[in-house]
Amino acid sequence: MELGQYLWTSLGAFLTLSVFSFLYKDNPMYKFAEHLFVGVSAGYFVIILWHDGLVTNLFGRLADGHIYKLWLDSTKWWYIFPGILGLMMFTRFSHKWSWVSRWPVAFYIGIATGLSIPLEMSNRVNRQLYAMMEPVNWDSFMGSGWLDMGAGYSDIIVFVGTVSALIYFYFSKAHTGVFGGAAKLGIWTLMIGFGASFGFTVMARISLLINRIQFLDKNWKRNSFDFTNENFNPLYQALFWLIILIFLVYAVSEFLKYLKNKNASSVKSA
Amino acid sequence: MNWFERFMKLDRRWIYLFLITVCLLAYYSDFTVPTIREKETGAIYNFIDSLPAGEVIFVAIDYDPSSQAELHPMTYAIIEHAFRKNLKVVFTALSQNGPGMADQAIHDIADSMRVEQTYNGVSYPAREIANGVDYCFLGYKPYYALVITAMGQDFRTPFPADYYGTPLDSLPLMKKLHNYDDISIVVEVSSGNISDAWISYGQGKFGFPLAMGLTGVMTAQYYPFLQSGQVMGIMGGLLGAAQYEDMADNPGLAKDGMRVQLPAHLVIILFILIGNIGHFASRKNRKNVQS
Amino acid sequence: MRRQLPFFFVFLFGTFMVVQNFVPHEYSERAKEFLSDWTIIIGIFALALGIWSLIHVSLDKINKRKPNWEYSFVTLVGLVAMIFFGFTANVSGSWLTYFAALMVLLISLWLLVQGILGAGAGVTKAKEKFFAGIGLAAIFTFIALYDKSWAFHFYTSEGLENPLFKHFFSDIMVPLQATMFALLAFFISSASYRAFRARNLLATLLLIAALIVMLRFTPGPWGDLISKTSTWVMNVPNLAAQRAIVIGIGLGMVATALKVILGIERGYMGKG
Repeated sequence: MELGQYLWTSLGAFLTLSVFSFLYKDNPMYKFAEHLFVGVSAGYFVIILWHDGLVTNLFGRLADGHIYKLWLDSTKWWYIFPGILGLMMFTRFSHKWSWVSRWPVAFYIGIATGLSIPLEMSNRVNRQLYAMMEPVNWDSFMGSGWLDMGAGYSDIIVFVGTVSALIYFYFSKAHTGVFGGAAKLGIWTLMIGFGASFGFTVMARISLLINRIQFLDKNWKRNSFDFTNENFNPLYQALFWLIILIFLVYAVSEFLKYLKNKNASSVKSA
Repeated sequence: MNWFERFMKLDRRWIYLFLITVCLLAYYSDFTVPTIREKETGAIYNFIDSLPAGEVIFVAIDYDPSSQAELHPMTYAIIEHAFRKNLKVVFTALSQNGPGMADQAIHDIADSMRVEQTYNGVSYPAREIANGVDYCFLGYKPYYALVITAMGQDFRTPFPADYYGTPLDSLPLMKKLHNYDDISIVVEVSSGNISDAWISYGQGKFGFPLAMGLTGVMTAQYYPFLQSGQVMGIMGGLLGAAQYEDMADNPGLAKDGMRVQLPAHLVIILFILIGNIGHFASRKNRKNVQS
Repeated sequence: MRRQLPFFFVFLFGTFMVVQNFVPHEYSERAKEFLSDWTIIIGIFALALGIWSLIHVSLDKINKRKPNWEYSFVTLVGLVAMIFFGFTANVSGSWLTYFAALMVLLISLWLLVQGILGAGAGVTKAKEKFFAGIGLAAIFTFIALYDKSWAFHFYTSEGLENPLFKHFFSDIMVPLQATMFALLAFFISSASYRAFRARNLLATLLLIAALIVMLRFTPGPWGDLISKTSTWVMNVPNLAAQRAIVIGIGLGMVATALKVILGIERGYMGKG
């Protein structure tokens, strides 16, 4: 790894450890990292919106026109209007003219909601209902082996579970009697679903931590001690230990502060 | 206060320290966790593996750096598999922080293809991956639902040029590609609501085969779409990525990370058990004191 | 009129998009393509509104000396620096004047903003700061026009290839965002210890399902059994539960969208 790349990786490692230091306590290093992230990600988003959005979809289409003619001489001059509608969004910041921003909002809310109605109804509701009403596998009702998901009884559990969970979500009728019993079965089914989600969530969260460990080890620590690398520099190790030292000093100072407070509180109570 | 109640009041930082210690010990130890090949991931691998050379696949890298831990390994595994099979790939990144990571992933994989490799006993020669010939990176546009629907008519509607500003019509690969009808499969790797949009606004309207790479948090929610046939395969979290890497004989970060997953899961289960034992013991103790 | 006309447009465009879905004629598809294209462009401007809010909040925090106001400087410097990197490319490989220009830009922007906000926002010597800002902006413009070692690229994507832009993304943004979410691993462990109680049948069912799924890749003789059980749980009871939720969400989305199109739901337009 070259020196330049190593310095950037070390910065990434320092910021990673700064964020992890929040687990002990909020501290200036964490605050610095947090505020830096907010600023840099906002700046990144502006650039992506400009280069990937406005330049290609708006200015690119008006490129054969001239700015001093307000692009009216362009072959696709009608693209000026979404530009104007977009600029109207910025009137939101004025008390007097904020009503103007309702026009572009109306445009895209209308289109987005209109697009969603038939497609969401078709794909989330209809197709799921069709899939729920698949024929039961009576030929192999008990299945083969332990908990066979292709067995007939599994098909019945899916159907009964879905219907009872839908019944649970129907709050316009009191959950009493047979209806209440079905709702109870529904909440049991939902709890199993939530438990499965929780199991996957634990795996997901741990994966995030594992990735950071892999980054700190493979990208940073190994390159700090990679003596076979032709670009290796003693500065790599110095920087590695300096960053570790910063966090060690912080940890030791916090521990000493904790001991001091503990002694002070024990003297007070005595 | 008995020792159960004292245990219940344990400072959470000791819990954090215990978890990180177990993770580090597992990471630096030398054991492996066997990878089970599940049907959901196998369906995606087998589909891509069966495509003849020259076919085009669409990979939507729709996630932020917050989910890269689980999704980057599966992205790398799929793209590398596709390039090895001499498939052409069209990329897009409909998540706002995704384009940079997608660009980085494409360049990393293009670099790795310059070295001859052997996977599953088959030798793949080194080759150059060229932008506009072997792949095209469309970039980012806001309002993914509209973008997905618009691409069904023509890619040029939302993406008149690629991420690097080159008009699509000047790219050799894109000259013969117009919409989803020219694509063999869409592999969608995402961490948020974009997956729902691909199902409703993409697959639901245009009927193309859709495979999904999802974070662990979302995986359980997409089984209904798998069963209904709207989605032909799911890679769920780091486990899904490890399974794909195993099938492709291309071990990477996912397979490496799985050996830390199991001890970490056991630690979480231990905390749950201790928490419950402590809770019931202190409840019983309180009842005894009251009586 | 200021409210009625926008609501009418929502109804008009919404109804058109619903009807268009069932009309596969070429003109209908072209109209939809046209409207989608316009919406994407308008959306770009809408998303930029959030950036102004961030700037406004940071400036307010600094001027009113709210807690941790010093860190807002870091936010603003990060924002301006990233935008500068994204719009520029270094041509000659010499970075001295490039960074000097960035420093001049940062200071001039700060002085100009302070001058514009004025005494009402708690700024002292606003007039002097404004004119100093103008002076520095002129120096920046001079450097930008005559320094050949770097250049602005507004309409081409050289900025995206700027190594500083790429490094800020991959070595600052990516590690920070990834690590902030990695903290959740610790929080979930603490939550498991303190909150996850099998108090009743429902919580116990949830707990058992979670345990089965968490242990699905355990090696050993029990591993196959747990794995098969986990697969059954995912594909049968979990499928039933999630399907009900998906159907419920779908019906809710359709109902909300209808309410918006018919003008029953009006909160998105704001007050006034």
